[in-house]
Amino acid sequence: MVAIGGPENAWARFGMRRAGQLVLSVWVLVTAAFLMIHVLPGDPVRASLGPTAPLALIEQRREQLGLNDPLWLQYLHYLGNLFTGDLGVSMSSGLPVQEVISTRLGSTVEMALLAFAVAVVVSVPLGLLMAVLARDTRRRGGDWALTSAGVVVATIPEFLMAVGLVFVFSVQLGWLPVAGRSGPSSYVLPVLSLAVGPAFMLARIVRVELLAVLQADYIRTARAKRLRSGAIYLRHALPNALTATLTIGGLLLGALVAGTVLIENIFAWPGLGGTIVGSILAKDYPTVQGVVLVYGLGVLLINLVVDVALAVLDPRSAIREA
Amino acid sequence: MPVASHASKRWIGALRSPLGITAAVLLVAVLVLAVVAPLIWQGRADAVQSAEILQGPSSAHPVGTDLLGRDIFARVLVATRLSVGLALLATAIGVTTGLLLGTAPVLLGRRAGRWIGALINIAVAFPALLLALFFAVIFGVGAKGAVLAIGFATAPGFARLTQTMTATVSSRDFIAAARVAGIGRMRILARHVLPNIAEPLVVSATMAAGTALLSFASLSFLGLGVQAPSYDWGRLLGEGLAQIYVHPAGALAAGIAVVLAAMAFNLSGEAVARAIGLRSTHAGKRAETATDHQIAQSEPEPDASDQPLLAVQNLQVSFPTASGEVTPVRGVSLTVRKGEAIGIVGESGSGKSLTALAIAQLIERPGQVRADRLDFLGADLREGVEQSKNELRRLLGTSLSMVFQDPMTSLNPTQRVGRQLAEVVREHQGADRRTAWRRAVDRLSAVRIPGAERRARQLPHEFSGGMRQRAMIGMGVMANPKLIIADEPTTALDVTVQRQVLQLLANIRAAEDVGLLFISHDVTVVGQVCDRVLVMYAGRVVEDLPTEALLHDARHPYTRALVAAVPDMTTDRDRPLAVIPGRPPDPHDLPTGCPYAPRCPLASDQCRQEDPALTTYAAGRRVACWHADLAPAAVPDNRTASDETNGLVQGDPVASENTDDQIAAPLGGERP
Repeated sequence: MVAIGGPENAWARFGMRRAGQLVLSVWVLVTAAFLMIHVLPGDPVRASLGPTAPLALIEQRREQLGLNDPLWLQYLHYLGNLFTGDLGVSMSSGLPVQEVISTRLGSTVEMALLAFAVAVVVSVPLGLLMAVLARDTRRRGGDWALTSAGVVVATIPEFLMAVGLVFVFSVQLGWLPVAGRSGPSSYVLPVLSLAVGPAFMLARIVRVELLAVLQADYIRTARAKRLRSGAIYLRHALPNALTATLTIGGLLLGALVAGTVLIENIFAWPGLGGTIVGSILAKDYPTVQGVVLVYGLGVLLINLVVDVALAVLDPRSAIREA
Repeated sequence: MPVASHASKRWIGALRSPLGITAAVLLVAVLVLAVVAPLIWQGRADAVQSAEILQGPSSAHPVGTDLLGRDIFARVLVATRLSVGLALLATAIGVTTGLLLGTAPVLLGRRAGRWIGALINIAVAFPALLLALFFAVIFGVGAKGAVLAIGFATAPGFARLTQTMTATVSSRDFIAAARVAGIGRMRILARHVLPNIAEPLVVSATMAAGTALLSFASLSFLGLGVQAPSYDWGRLLGEGLAQIYVHPAGALAAGIAVVLAAMAFNLSGEAVARAIGLRSTHAGKRAETATDHQIAQSEPEPDASDQPLLAVQNLQVSFPTASGEVTPVRGVSLTVRKGEAIGIVGESGSGKSLTALAIAQLIERPGQVRADRLDFLGADLREGVEQSKNELRRLLGTSLSMVFQDPMTSLNPTQRVGRQLAEVVREHQGADRRTAWRRAVDRLSAVRIPGAERRARQLPHEFSGGMRQRAMIGMGVMANPKLIIADEPTTALDVTVQRQVLQLLANIRAAEDVGLLFISHDVTVVGQVCDRVLVMYAGRVVEDLPTEALLHDARHPYTRALVAAVPDMTTDRDRPLAVIPGRPPDPHDLPTGCPYAPRCPLASDQCRQEDPALTTYAAGRRVACWHADLAPAAVPDNRTASDETNGLVQGDPVASENTDDQIAAPLGGERP
């Protein structure tokens, strides 16, 4: 059962495999974003400018976008431009797409990261508490109440959560602003709307994983060493429960990134989510293409970070998952 | 068809739980509304009343009116049909596409399957909403585009599920047989694969419908789904949000409708999943009936000449079950003196491991440990006895060590081995990090782990099984143990490694003068390390004898059967003592009289009526048998045919000599 080859070897293989996977995914994403415009039924320029647009303007736009070139040449141009960071020009504002994205990306990332941080900070202690309650025969009721509440809360999608929170905290209580991004108080509701569902979902995973880990033989070993129960939970059980939690956490973070689209639209947040919906409705295809690419890369980046974190936390995963 | 009726029974079983009833009622309500609501309320929902714009809730309009004075409640009810219908349509598209993609490896062969698999893997990485937005661009804004978008966004997840399940089913024997028989791929898929994965697929599809409902609401909410003048819940929600300050009921009504409907689908899926056993929420521990057992009699205390290391009297371990308490350990008494090695043998289920755990104070609630006496190094370990918890923890942490059965799982997989050892002295002796680490490395080399310095920095999975068990033993001697409890320490190891580990335990015992409580189902192994042997059956000690007497002078028929059933190199070690006819009694349902009587060749009427007490038979020997006086030679042969091949038939001089060798070998020269 000794690992064949040294640990360095295993890490190198893991790195190679993961890098190959990433390159392939990015290529599929880029190609999908490119083809998105070309598989559209009809002429995207005509669709975007409307049926009354003069023919000369349409022709000029087509030329400008390179739509008259053969497909493979357009593809090469597209790839070339991507490498220089050129995502094209917005059809509605005339601004370079990369400029539109760079002014708006920050606030989206900010919201997503804050929400994820809140979800993690809440879910781990909550899951731990639920597991401790579940193991204590006299306090099962507490676990049952928390678990049921969690199931209900986790079913409510983030945009409905947002509507509910706005109703309570902005309309009824008047404590927090209903929309916009101005000052710390405006962050509370968007971040909470995004974080509450994932927090409960993660807490449930932490609970289930912890309860499973606490049955493990090595926990009995830790108890045989007569460690304090705090040390058993935190030092021996939690690190082993976190790998599965992290895997699900990565999926949740990806979903959370997508959730920002809805939340930004509800709270009039000046981020990419507002941009993508606006440009889909305005048929501003270069912008849509660029934003889709950014969202997709964001998700791939999250998956990469999660995988590397998993490999570091649980070295077996890098070796086993061959 | 019996299979079908069995399946439908299970599905109906889903209805019996509170969860199932709630889910079914919600689901039926949603579906009925989807059919009837437009027939009844369509007129009200579309009636524009300019005089009643944006009114709050009233008796005429339960949740008020919208910008055009239309009744919002009626609109929410009417929107059920479009919302649910579109969601179901999208789910159908997603499930069909997913099934086609997922079964591609079966239909198209391996190579095409691998490419599709890779594509699915990339697609699942993206959140469904992002995929839906992507497809919404391609298929265009509107209800039709949204249905296709959500359908295709659902597909990758389904394809993955189908793929995994198909792969599992395909690898089973009957598929291989069908393939060999020359049955076509399509037929294999339709006849053999799909029926086997149908149930989980239907469950997932039900839950996917709930998700699709939410996704549709979000697309319509963003303005990318259903377009005016049509309306679904998402659209009503969007319209309501704009008026949330003026009158919030409008937005909330649509929101509640979406959540309830989505919950109807999710809960239905969950209920069915539980009923057909896809998800086990709580693994039922012991569900069978238990008879409350009167503890017959406690065993007399063996005479103690000097202060014992461990003194146990009338130890009982019990667990509550659904129908009362079971007591798998029923009054065990034993004594371990300083440096003495005591073995406990018995079949699995005899209570020997529970006895060890109870002595080590490792039985967890709801298990209960009772004893008339449970003294270790003069300290009373019994629960409820006045004592300092922390002092007791330190005493046990430093002086009592455990070695468990499975070294593969007994070390924490995420911590370096050295740290796990060092933890003992850091916790109990206040050693600093460096001292503790040095001690850990020293102990690892003491248990003959080569390159201990380097090994200490490794993780358990980099150790072999034998090395892990030695590391466990090393952990046991980190402090200064007085007693090592080894619970089947060699059962999971192969024979050569087993020898090394036994030798190591014997060495440590000799060098550090440590007492040893050695639990095993294997009489030979116990014979190799122990001075005395306790034989356990049905939660009690039935014989207590010196190791020398084990082979030829055992008094209890069960002990003799154990000895006769000793496995050798050719015996399957995973089947402990399978050659004793009959099975050990169920602790829930012990027979009256001697619990061994049903399997015993000597059993008489007395045996079947009265349970014999453990009584002193000769100096230092105890036995619980009405027929202990019968000489070993008089025992009728109750061995099965497989014993003959074991080569350990009693009275066979060659075989006996072998066994003697085995017992003497590891201890030769090691003991003073």
